[in-house]
Amino acid sequence: MRSRGVPLAAPPSGIHAAGRWSAWRRTAPQAVLYVALIAVAIVMLFPFVWMVSTSLTSDAQLFVTPPQLIPSPFVPDNYTRVADAFPLGAFLRNSLIVAAFSTTLQVATSAMAAYAFARLQFRGRDALFLVYLATLMVPLQVIVVPLFIEMRFMNLVNSYPGLILPSIASAFGTFLMRQAFLSLPRELEEAAFIDGASHWTVFRRIVLPLSGPALATFGIFAFMASWNSFLWPLIVTSSQDLMTLPVGLSNLHGRYATAWNLVMAGSTISVIPIVLVYLVAQRHVVRGVALSGLKG
Amino acid sequence: MVGQRGWRRWAVIVLFLGPSLVPLLLFTLGPMAASVGLSFLKWDLLRPPQLVGFANFTNVLVDPDFQAAVGHTLFFIVGYLPLVYVGGLLLALALNQRLRGLSFFRAAYFLPVVTSWVVVALMWKWLLNPDSGMVNFALGLVGIKGPGWWTDPGWAMPSIILASAWKDLGFVMVILLAGLQSVPEDYYEAASVDGAGRWARFRHITLPLLTPSSFFVLVISLINSFQVFDQVWVMTGGGPAGSSSVVVEQIVRHAFSYQQMGYASAMSWLLFAVILVVTVFQFRLQRRWVNYA
Repeated sequence: MRSRGVPLAAPPSGIHAAGRWSAWRRTAPQAVLYVALIAVAIVMLFPFVWMVSTSLTSDAQLFVTPPQLIPSPFVPDNYTRVADAFPLGAFLRNSLIVAAFSTTLQVATSAMAAYAFARLQFRGRDALFLVYLATLMVPLQVIVVPLFIEMRFMNLVNSYPGLILPSIASAFGTFLMRQAFLSLPRELEEAAFIDGASHWTVFRRIVLPLSGPALATFGIFAFMASWNSFLWPLIVTSSQDLMTLPVGLSNLHGRYATAWNLVMAGSTISVIPIVLVYLVAQRHVVRGVALSGLKG
Repeated sequence: MVGQRGWRRWAVIVLFLGPSLVPLLLFTLGPMAASVGLSFLKWDLLRPPQLVGFANFTNVLVDPDFQAAVGHTLFFIVGYLPLVYVGGLLLALALNQRLRGLSFFRAAYFLPVVTSWVVVALMWKWLLNPDSGMVNFALGLVGIKGPGWWTDPGWAMPSIILASAWKDLGFVMVILLAGLQSVPEDYYEAASVDGAGRWARFRHITLPLLTPSSFFVLVISLINSFQVFDQVWVMTGGGPAGSSSVVVEQIVRHAFSYQQMGYASAMSWLLFAVILVVTVFQFRLQRRWVNYA
C-alpha cells in the first residue's frame, strides 16, 4: 500500500518550486515503498544467510558477542565434521530415493487415474471421483496410527517401502491431471482411435505429451512435499540408516543441542536441492503450492 | 453374457485406475476405516486389544494434558492467523503494482514457503537463542532486553507463531496477489471518475473483490493450524514444562511413546471432527461476507 508523503514544511510558492514539489510528491511514496519492500526482503532472506554463515563458524566463535556475520576463521570443515558425526550422506541418499520413487509413482498413477476419470466411461465413475476428492479432506494425523500398525504387520517399519508406499498415489494429483486432460481438444484422440490406436497408445502418445506443464507442476509439487515431509518418516523410521534429511536433522539437533554450526551445516545441505528446484522452476513451484494449499 | 469387448473394456479401466485406487484403498481409505475401530480399543500392540467402548473418548476429553494442548493449539491459531493474513495482504498490495525488481521481491518472499518446516524451525531456534541469538542481539542494540523465547514457558508459543508466520507469509501473499490481479482495472477507473479516494477504492472495491481469495486462505490456514506439529516438535518438543504442547504432538506421544493406539486414535478423530465442523461452519458463514462477483 502506498502511503501519502507527509510534507515536513509547507511547499514553497512559485511555479518552479511547485513543479519540484509535485515531483517530490510522486517519488517520495515510491521511495518509502521500496525501503519497506527491501526491509521485508532482508527479514525473509537473512535467516538463510545466517544459516550458511553459522555453518562456517568455528565452535569457539559460535557464542561470541557481537555475532559475526562473516565467520573468521572460516571453517568449511564443519561440513565434513557433521558428515563424520552423523550419517548425513545416508540421510541425503534416503531423501533422494524416497522423493524419486514417490514423485515418479505419484505422477504415473495420478495421470493414469486421471485419464480414466477424464476419458473412459464406466458406471460409478463420478461417485468414485467424489471418493477421491473426499480423501483430500482427511489429514494425515487421522490415519497415521492405523497406517503405522499396518506397516508393522507387513513388516515394513524401517524400510524403503514403508517410507514410500503411503505416497505412491495422490488424489490431489489425480484431480489436477484430470483438469488438464479435460481441457485438451479431443480431435487428435478421435483420429487416433479411427486409426486403431488403443487407449494406452492415445494416453502415452497424445494425452501425456500435450500435458507437459501440468505434469511438471504436479511433479515438482510432489517432489517438494516428499523432500520436506516430516511426520510419517519420523514415525516409520527408527534406525538411523533409513532416516530422511528432515528426521535426521531433527535427531542431529537432539543429539548436539548446542552445536549450531553443525546443525546449520546439515540444514544448509538439506535446503540446497529444494532451493535449486525453486530457482529453476519457480513458476511451477508457486503454482503447485498455491493450487494445493498444502504448505511444505 | 459379457462379451469379449465388455471384458476388454473393464480390463482397460482396471489398468488405468488400479495403480492409483489400490494404494489409496490400502493406505488412505483402509486406515481411515481402521482408525474408527481403533478408537474403541485399548491396545498397546503387545497384548491383545480390548474393546473399551467410548472410554477413550470420555477419557481424552477430561485429560488435562489434552485440554492444555487444545488451549495451546487455539492460542497458536489466534496468534498466527491474523499475523499471517494481514502481513500477506500488505505484501500482496505492495507487489500488485508496476515496480522495479518485482520478481526478485516475490521470489524472496516465497522462498521460506518451499523450505522444510524442520529447517525453518532450526533456523529460528538459533535466531531466537536467548543468550547468543541474532534477534536478542539486535534487540539489545536498540536497548531492549529480549525474552527467553523458546526457553521461557510464556514465550515458547509466541516463538513458534513467529517462525510459522515468517514461513507462511509468502503463501498468503501469492494467493491474495492472484486475487488482486483478477480485479478489473475499469472498476478503479470508474470509481476515480466518481471521485473515490485511495482509501475508498481499497475499502469498497479491493476488499470486497478479494473476499473469495481471503476465504480460501482462511479455510486452508485454519485447517493447517489445527494440525500444527513439525515446528513445535523441533523447536520446543511441546515444552518447556508442556507450555507449547499441541494436539498432534499429543497424538504422536500417546501412540508412539506410550503405545496407546486406541487413545491416540480417539484424539485423532476428535481433532478431525473439530476441523470438519469449523470448515463446514466457515462455508456456512461465507454467504455473509464472501463476494462472488
